[in-house]
Amino acid sequence: MSIPTLPDAFVEKHAAKGWPVGLAGVALVIIGTFMSWSFDPNILGDLSVYGYPGGLQILAIILSLLALVLLLTVKGPLASRLGQWLDAALGLRALGLWLLIYMVGVILAIATDSSGLVNVDPGGWISFVGAVLVFAGSQVIPLRELRDLGRARLPGWFEIAAVAVVMAGVLFGAAYALAREDAWSFVLVLVFAGGTVAAMFRTGTMGWFGHVATRRRKVLTLAAFAVAFFFPFTQQGSDANMSIATSVLIFAATAIGLNIVVGLAGLLDLGYIAFLGAGAYVASSLSRSAFATIDWHPPFLVIVLLGGCVSATLGLIIGTPTLRVSGDYLAIVTLGFGEIFRFSMFNLDGNNGPNLTNGPNGIPGIPELAVGGFNFGDEHVVAGITLGRFSNYYFLLLLLMAFVILVFTRLNNSRIGRGWVAIREDEKAAEAMGVNVFGLKLLAFAVGAFLAGLAGTIKAHQDGATSPDQYIFLESAFLLAAIVLGGMGTIAGVLLGATILKLLPEKLRFFSEYRLLLFGLTLVLMMRFRPEGLVANKRRLLEFHEEDEKLATAVESELVEEAK
Amino acid sequence: MTAMLEVKDLEVAYGKIVAVKKISFSVEQGQVVSLIGTNGAGKTTTLRTISGLLRPNSGQINFMGQPIHHVPAHDIVSMGLAHSPEGRRIFPRLSVEENLLLGAFARNDTAAIRTDLDAAYALFPILGERRKQPAGTFSGGEQQMLAMGRAMMSKPKLLMLDEPSMGLSPIMMKVIMTTVTALQQQGTTILLVEQNAQAALKRADYGYVLEVGKIVLHGSGRELLVNDEVRKAYLGED
Repeated sequence: MSIPTLPDAFVEKHAAKGWPVGLAGVALVIIGTFMSWSFDPNILGDLSVYGYPGGLQILAIILSLLALVLLLTVKGPLASRLGQWLDAALGLRALGLWLLIYMVGVILAIATDSSGLVNVDPGGWISFVGAVLVFAGSQVIPLRELRDLGRARLPGWFEIAAVAVVMAGVLFGAAYALAREDAWSFVLVLVFAGGTVAAMFRTGTMGWFGHVATRRRKVLTLAAFAVAFFFPFTQQGSDANMSIATSVLIFAATAIGLNIVVGLAGLLDLGYIAFLGAGAYVASSLSRSAFATIDWHPPFLVIVLLGGCVSATLGLIIGTPTLRVSGDYLAIVTLGFGEIFRFSMFNLDGNNGPNLTNGPNGIPGIPELAVGGFNFGDEHVVAGITLGRFSNYYFLLLLLMAFVILVFTRLNNSRIGRGWVAIREDEKAAEAMGVNVFGLKLLAFAVGAFLAGLAGTIKAHQDGATSPDQYIFLESAFLLAAIVLGGMGTIAGVLLGATILKLLPEKLRFFSEYRLLLFGLTLVLMMRFRPEGLVANKRRLLEFHEEDEKLATAVESELVEEAK
Repeated sequence: MTAMLEVKDLEVAYGKIVAVKKISFSVEQGQVVSLIGTNGAGKTTTLRTISGLLRPNSGQINFMGQPIHHVPAHDIVSMGLAHSPEGRRIFPRLSVEENLLLGAFARNDTAAIRTDLDAAYALFPILGERRKQPAGTFSGGEQQMLAMGRAMMSKPKLLMLDEPSMGLSPIMMKVIMTTVTALQQQGTTILLVEQNAQAALKRADYGYVLEVGKIVLHGSGRELLVNDEVRKAYLGED
């Protein structure tokens, strides 16, 4: 996102004023937060208290404290140490803008939730004026040449600590955001997160963190899983949020599987949801549901593997004839396959052919999973925190996620992964190099289908019912959207994309009505401004910015470094 | 002794259009054999069929005594037959090193691949200097070097080069052609397809002239160079 800037001459003329104005702004914001923002305690949590800040006011304080740190980096005690590294001026501009958006959001929320601007208390206005001052001041603070923060080498413990702090921030932020009940509060928390991330990008901290993340991938992965593991403990047994979290996990695990097909092998699959459905139908027809159609109930592990294998077989069946065609044709064939799957499940009801699926009624009443005496429907109390049914499934899905990510990275970093890169780049040349093009494409298809099948078996038990209308084309489209939005060929990107796509409609009811429109708009805008996705795969970055030779060489040297 | 590569009565068609009509030729071990002809003579089609990218309608291709006309392309590479395709077909967004490593895709001996990587850099020092640079930013001649280096990374017994001199400056062409001789001296057998008859025949032990899908002339490189018809048709002399 580009922040509009003032003409150079204007900035030069007023350069000296930027710093004191910004400082005054920070002070005003903080003073405002100690006062009431609105008399009505039911708006945005409770912001009606004088004397100490509460709830969303604390987020405003954090943003302005970040601005304070940057101001002191421009001029003051931090300038000598951080000044030459941190791009404080750009960071301040970002923070100023987002702080302003935040305060405008607060005022709008109060005005719409009650009846008009009169209900905004003086504290709110003081903080708003402060935000305006920070924004205005930051605009005239001159930019400087800086050293590349990405090249900075800091002690190892510091890097690891940074990873830990960021991950803890993510955990705390996620828990805090999910705990917001009303839509406005949730939006404001998102604005806060946006501001922090934007400031990190603008100051160069994010670039540095990216390098650290690459250098310390294991620490990052472990920390991410630790965060994911502790998440249910922050929810105090709230089933609502945990149910969202489990559906995000299923969606994300499936999307990562699809990312092997789309992002790594470069094959457009528009019917991928059918593989998830195949897994789910295997699990439900073998379950102990009264409506289950097959009277054989093997242990769950067998069902999981069977679901994966049935999906993979379907993948092979659909892939063998169609992977010889490429591009648009493949997309159409897979789209057709997805529909064929759905209609087959719809029609295998005993009237037409064998009764496997109960047709449109589906298979309801699937019992909770029980593995070795552990019933997934039971509540457990660990360290005084209740972990409900959804938490149980959440942990199981986390295990699945670890497996899916492992498969993804192992494949990506292997000889097979190199073959996929070659196929994406130039299929004919790859063939001449001795790459088994058809075999590798089929492998991608089968592995992707297998992983979706695994996820499907768990999904069946978690949902408690399986029916054809859960596996419509729209779901395939959403999976693809998560990948495109997040970043093709990456894991972090797809996790982010999946979270956004699943979480926002759940949390923002007004959003869910227009979600197709909004996702469509978002994707169009993404294609225009950031076609590589939110988290860019380095090689994909090149595919979208071909003329940029400097970027190309920089990226390539990194890739070669990593390969060693 | 049987020839390293033997092509017998090979016929290849694109739909109804027959591009290669019952041609036969052979390449002996250690030789440089040139296949010359104008645009559309069927040279590239012949090479693509040998390397398994196209399937023949009829005829036979034997490599090292084994029929390969039904072997999939990726297995042919592992057998020791490398193909540097027309138009170079390097991977433009991948770095030099990644391009070279992909050339060694059919191999599993990681340690030896490293050695051969160094050998490729020794053969073309410019590649070594720019190993991290994306190949698409290279000039035509450098790309051709990369294409040849990449093909050599599969440790081929027979290297097929499709128009390596296409679009190159005379100086660059000389460099490439000298490399062909150098590779021959290192023990690689080479099947060279060229429109530039002079350059190709000068270095060839044996040559075949292809015209609209048929071999119309063959002989040693020197014989063909002085042949009147060849001089008229391909060397632009009266």
